[in-house]
Amino acid sequence: MTALLELDGLTRTFRTRRGTVRAVDGVDLTVRAGETLGLVGESGCGKSTTGRMLVRLLDATSGRIAFGGRDITRLPPRRMRPLRGQLQIIFQDPFSSLNPRRTIGSIIAEPLRVQGVRDPGPRVREMLERVGLGAEHADRYPHEFSGGQAQRAGIARALVTRPRLVVADEPVSALDVSIQAQIVNLLAELQRDLDLAYVFIAHDLAVVRNVCARVAVMYLGRIVEIGDRDTVYGAPAHPYTKALLSAVPLPDPVAERERERIVLRGDPPSPAEPPAGCAFHPRCFKAQDRCRVERPVLAEVAGRQAACHFPEVH
Amino acid sequence: MSALPLTPGRHAAPPPAGRSPWRLAGARLRHDRAALLGLAIVALFVLMALAAPLLTALNGHGPNEFHPEKIDDALAGAPRGSFGGIDAHFWLGAEPGTGRDVFSRMVYGARISLLISLLATAVATTAGTALGLTAGFAGGRTDLLISRVMDLVLSFPQLIFMIALVSVLPEANRTLELVLVMGFFGWPYIGRIVRGQTLSLRNREFVDAARATGMTRRRIVFHEVLPNLMAPVLVYATLTIPVNIGTEAALSFLGIGVRPPTASWGQMMSKAIGWYQVDPAYFVVPGVCLLLTVLAFTLLGDAFRDALDPRGGNR
Ligand SMILES: Nc1ncnc2c1ncn2[C@@H]1O[C@H](COP(=O)(O)OP(=O)(O)OP(=O)(O)O)[C@@H](O)[C@H]1O
Ligand code: SF4
Ligand SMILES: [Mg+2]
Repeated sequence: MTALLELDGLTRTFRTRRGTVRAVDGVDLTVRAGETLGLVGESGCGKSTTGRMLVRLLDATSGRIAFGGRDITRLPPRRMRPLRGQLQIIFQDPFSSLNPRRTIGSIIAEPLRVQGVRDPGPRVREMLERVGLGAEHADRYPHEFSGGQAQRAGIARALVTRPRLVVADEPVSALDVSIQAQIVNLLAELQRDLDLAYVFIAHDLAVVRNVCARVAVMYLGRIVEIGDRDTVYGAPAHPYTKALLSAVPLPDPVAERERERIVLRGDPPSPAEPPAGCAFHPRCFKAQDRCRVERPVLAEVAGRQAACHFPEVH
Repeated sequence: MSALPLTPGRHAAPPPAGRSPWRLAGARLRHDRAALLGLAIVALFVLMALAAPLLTALNGHGPNEFHPEKIDDALAGAPRGSFGGIDAHFWLGAEPGTGRDVFSRMVYGARISLLISLLATAVATTAGTALGLTAGFAGGRTDLLISRVMDLVLSFPQLIFMIALVSVLPEANRTLELVLVMGFFGWPYIGRIVRGQTLSLRNREFVDAARATGMTRRRIVFHEVLPNLMAPVLVYATLTIPVNIGTEAALSFLGIGVRPPTASWGQMMSKAIGWYQVDPAYFVVPGVCLLLTVLAFTLLGDAFRDALDPRGGNR
């Protein structure tokens, strides 16, 4: 199958008072039609920046984005517009992402209107039903919704134009734990029905485990490990992935008690001053002299790719 | 699929469907006594100003008619009778020196006061909203330029500059000149607030969502950002009105407001100063009018602020 989305050396820098921040630093990725790719990493590692570049909310400093085989990296707004219906995004904060002064119906109709649909009403109502809200919610305002309902509306807006790729930027992190599973299930169900691909962003590996076929782990603007879900979750190759996984509680209490736990020391370093060599070395339990000087590149390791001089598996 | 259980909202009893933020604010205002009082006083003065010709027809005296029979030359022109000459025809007495009907002048003064302050507020609000929105949304150099101009205008000692400016302007249409000068010095207050609100709105995810759907910048400004600015703009415009009422009165008091014989409260007060020992009643009428209108608009503005949730419905 050909790739729906291809990222090639995608990089984004920000100029700040403390110097230039390389928020995303040379990310290569492919997403196939209909699949879900999990994008995981601690806060500030560049997940949202990557996601926002994908949907052209943010311009890439360098690198290339190809969508459906077409280079969209620098497509001007007018030529990007027809593609907007195929490339959508769901945000983390469901209230912040809905205009408090517009009704849910008009919010969901907007993407259709942009695409030139003359009478969006029926499709808006159909989409409301699909996300489990009911067409009667069309005349309501966001402040009348619960967090979970608001996120359903955000999903309806993103999916109403039947996109082929949706970036879901931590779509459940802001919700009560009790509704997180409902929303994740809804996203999975809609994927089956509408044949769309997700880039599913999360800050821990537990959330994406059940929904993604492949997973990419980011650290300080780079991908440090990427591969099929079972390969990565079954036997992580990168020490950082291993540390993240050991923070995920296991369902089996015996396994939970007996397994090895790796506690990540400290916070990730600032992307304004990334450590030399392997950016993870100040926190890595396996760091050697080589790690401090030589930066590891993504390479094939036991059926997936990892960027580590001393991977956990061979 | 649609059978998924929906979690209940945060409110124990969710409001009925389709209640817009404006309607919610309206409902809150209806229970706010200070707001209702402010609104009643404002309505009274507005009605009075609108009905000025009718009211003066009732008492039979135009605002500029001289009534020498009402004043006592032996008392250097003080009105005859007690409390500034109040009687069945001169409901609020007569003006010392000329015998003009104080009630009629007060009613016509309300016209000038409200007309100038409302128009000046409209000018300041329109300019401030347009420029603040442009600065906040465009950012970069445009923002820098507009922000510096706002700082500059705000740093002027305003009353002095207004006096100077109005004094040197040719006397074509004094009302228009006052409106423009007051509007010019007033817009940066609204401009600053609108700019700040726009900056924070621009970073709200619904603006990103709008961009991601491919909406044009123009449509984003008018359909996503501007509706969220209307509440703070209404609040600050309402609070600008009493400031302008005061400024108009001050300029008239200093003799550079509307030209006599057009009646204005500030002018009446400045005249009353010379008579306060013989005729204190003459000072009370314009003074009370000024006090009441300023108070009423301030009450109303504060109530709008409380009811409209200046965070723009943000939670
Ligand atoms: N507009 C910006 N200006 C300056 N720095 C920025 C900007 N946007 C992001 N950054 C920086 O880029 C880095 C990556 O940010 P990003 O939001 O992509 O992280 P994230 O992985 O999504 O984190 P989180 O889990 O907190 O959402 C951070 O260090 C952040 O401070
Ligand atoms: S390269 Fe070295 S420091 Fe980096 S993750 Fe591998 S072992 Fe750790
Ligand atoms: Mg993020």
